[in-house]
Amino acid sequence: MMDRQIRRLALAFLALFAVLFAQANYLQVFASSRYANNPANQRLLLQEYAVDRGDILARDGQTVLARSRPTKGKFEYLRVYPNGPLYADVTGYYSIVFGRYGAEASENDYLAGRAPELLPQNLVDEILGRPKRGATVVTTINAGLQQAARRALGSLPGGVVALDPRTGEVLAMVANPSYDPNPLASHDPAVVRQARRALLRAPGKPLLSRASQELFPPGSTFKLVTASAALENGMRPSTTFPNPPALQLPNSTAMLHNFGGEHCVGGAAQLTLAQALTVSCNVVFGEIGLRLGAAKLVEQAQKFGFDKAVPFELPFEEGSIPPVSEFAGALSFVATSAIGQQDVQANPMQMALVGAAIANGGVEMEPHVVKEIRDADGRVVKEIKPSVFGQPISARTSAELTAMMVSVVTAGTGTAAQIPGVQVAGKTGTAETPSGKPHAWFVSFAPARNPRIVVAVVVLNGGDLGSDATGGAVAAPIAKAVIQAALRG
Amino acid sequence: MQAATTLESRATRGTQLALTILAVILSVGAYVLVVLGKTGKAPPDIVAFVAAMSAAFLIAHFVVVRLAPGADPVLLPTAAVLSGLGYAMIYRLDPGRAGDQFGWLMLGLGLFVLTLFVIRDHRVLDGYTYTIGLAGVAFLLLPVAPGIGRTINGARLWVGVGPLVFEPAEIGKVLLVIFLASFLNAKKELLAMATRRIGPLHFPELRYMGPLLVAWAISLAVLFLEKDLGSSLLFFGIFTAMLWTATGRASYLVLGVVLFAIGAFIGYSAFAHVQDRVTIYLHALDPQHLHADGYQVAQAQFAMATGGMVGTGLGQGYPDLIPSVWTDFIFAAFGEELGLFGVTALLLLYVALIGRGFRAALAREDGFSKLLGAGLTTAVALQTFIIVGGVTRLIPLTGITLPFVSYGGSSLVANFVLLALLIRVSAPPPAHAPTRARGRPRATERAESQPTVQTPRGEPA
Repeated sequence: MMDRQIRRLALAFLALFAVLFAQANYLQVFASSRYANNPANQRLLLQEYAVDRGDILARDGQTVLARSRPTKGKFEYLRVYPNGPLYADVTGYYSIVFGRYGAEASENDYLAGRAPELLPQNLVDEILGRPKRGATVVTTINAGLQQAARRALGSLPGGVVALDPRTGEVLAMVANPSYDPNPLASHDPAVVRQARRALLRAPGKPLLSRASQELFPPGSTFKLVTASAALENGMRPSTTFPNPPALQLPNSTAMLHNFGGEHCVGGAAQLTLAQALTVSCNVVFGEIGLRLGAAKLVEQAQKFGFDKAVPFELPFEEGSIPPVSEFAGALSFVATSAIGQQDVQANPMQMALVGAAIANGGVEMEPHVVKEIRDADGRVVKEIKPSVFGQPISARTSAELTAMMVSVVTAGTGTAAQIPGVQVAGKTGTAETPSGKPHAWFVSFAPARNPRIVVAVVVLNGGDLGSDATGGAVAAPIAKAVIQAALRG
Repeated sequence: MQAATTLESRATRGTQLALTILAVILSVGAYVLVVLGKTGKAPPDIVAFVAAMSAAFLIAHFVVVRLAPGADPVLLPTAAVLSGLGYAMIYRLDPGRAGDQFGWLMLGLGLFVLTLFVIRDHRVLDGYTYTIGLAGVAFLLLPVAPGIGRTINGARLWVGVGPLVFEPAEIGKVLLVIFLASFLNAKKELLAMATRRIGPLHFPELRYMGPLLVAWAISLAVLFLEKDLGSSLLFFGIFTAMLWTATGRASYLVLGVVLFAIGAFIGYSAFAHVQDRVTIYLHALDPQHLHADGYQVAQAQFAMATGGMVGTGLGQGYPDLIPSVWTDFIFAAFGEELGLFGVTALLLLYVALIGRGFRAALAREDGFSKLLGAGLTTAVALQTFIIVGGVTRLIPLTGITLPFVSYGGSSLVANFVLLALLIRVSAPPPAHAPTRARGRPRATERAESQPTVQTPRGEPA
């Protein structure tokens, strides 16, 4: 009789459908997040692009660094950077292929409207049936100063960082080469890939900011750290040091020379610490380094943030100095490190933090680039308060260093940074490079008595002066222009 | 009709009417949600749409009540809600295609009514065994014919006459089930006679294995000539299931599996596209396949995974990332937007349809009806399993439509004809049916009703 077979057939199909049900459970529940988070799954991205992502604004709350424009395509909003490369080192980019970068990454929860602070607004929108809207990120960037810094740097390779030493607010941050984030934010993956390929091939790694991500030998600007260590460890600005034409390095036949092979201050037998900093005397600072020893030099650098995790919303590579253990068998390295050569490395952001600590009575503020978050209706939902990173030097050391830096600008290597009516404090740096074309540095703040702005500049490989470049000739005028713009505005 | 059955069939009628109205409400509800999600406004043609859907399904309901009294009350509403949800999803995916689908739905319901009208007693079909069988094979192999055959997406399973393009295999499937029911019912004793014994299995004489080999050859021909993996698998599966149902010989199942394995091996060795399907099945998410040949399957996995338990909501997901999602992959669209809850509901609807189909087969007394009911149900069940299994990557994907739900005229129309026949089987046959025809048969041994001369007398106990 067939009934037996028909019943079995029915049971067999019931079993097969049970397996289908189990498989649907596997896909949609058990393995759901693994499949859904596969990078090739665009759906989560599309959901993200369906949100009217919030603007990124300058500190005036007007100038648009990044905004969203509705489209007719499957991605509902296109990210637009109206100023092209000008703010790229701050905003980063927002790409369907390569994800988020810069402030677009760190502030994503606000921009995409899913931070806990935005919950009340989200609920109201939900109830009223309005689409979810992202929050606005107001940055600390001063639009006028950013433009001034960009103009001052021109097409020279390098970077400029301007901070408010009292709060750690980043006022300007530019780097060369930079990039236009717009093609990276394109909704056409081919355009995005092509743009990124071009950027990866371009000389100077445009996607890595020279203001905060790449590291270079800081040269004589590092003498600010060495001088800090000296003053913190019992030496005084008036402490004298022998001033030979060149310094015989210990356990080595090598000699440490001054810049250009000169004999500092016309060959005086002794120099004070203050004099040595003013003229940036390598021989004396090499001697100071040797007297301090590696441990104290490294410790001081770390107090300024070298090799530490300094909190910052944007990608930041802190300066670096080799650990004490590496100096053990090579005493000469302490002398060369003390003048910012050897394996000491930094970038404008790191050196601006050093300058800011000196300017702010010895207290180093954490850098930050976000001022406040406003919801889509303009209410401020979060304000970023200044916070202290540490106190690398005492108030007294800060005052003594400030005085020395003022004399650098009035009578030393940094005279190009003089501004009529404003006392500028600064320190030049001319870092030797294997190419023979030095990196030109300048770290400065003003007004010296009541500093409102710190500016650190690096111009790589001598900029337009090539092997004749010095920090004073190439970098100081750039810092001067930025300071002038800041104090005017 | 007698008093008891009148009462009973009145209750049945009520059930079917209530379920049909429910099906219309669900279909219209899904459609309204889809349009709301798409445009934010209620559909402007809502009144016309409700009127057309209600009219079409209610006419079908009254035709069933009138022409097939006592028919199973669940079959029509289940198919109605499946096709209604399918229509809503197709509208959500591509309103342009929804227009076509609506036309085909109306055509399908028209042929449903016509089938019930013309075939008042399905047992008349038992008299045209070979005519129907030849027609079935002809339909199946029609796409191979030069001039009219069309190759779409690498498979030659379409026939085009002027602007009209259709997939004859869909209607061929229904014809072959009818042929097999008739043929196997006539030959089942012969086929069941076992002369050889190998281990626990009794094998029939070699010459009686002919039909199995012929079916196998036709399936392979479909595979070779039309490159249609899905139909090939479906036909061979239906045939093996019906042969086993008719004879009760496990040896046929074993032989079927062995022949399937050989066929699969030949197909795998001979055809790059079969190898591709297996490779994609195994490695759809590997980087080298993800953005190439495995894209469609991978996107379906992503769609269902992103949908999760409750889905994104109708119109809120991105099922259109799956190429050709409206046909074979529509199940994944349900998975994404209605979640596990939605696909569970779909699967349960199929289980209801299939369960009722087998129940209808059990309810009939004669072998032909039983085989026809079981065969038609198997066709729907196996087709659903093959495509849902393929879309969810339980088995390698073989392109085939999801019955009643997928976009596609041939499939929708053929399945409504199939449904009409199944409903016909579920109803007590008019002329020869004894009054006890409805309900579950209990007797292990009972007299076989003899509607046609072709049915052999008696069944082996």
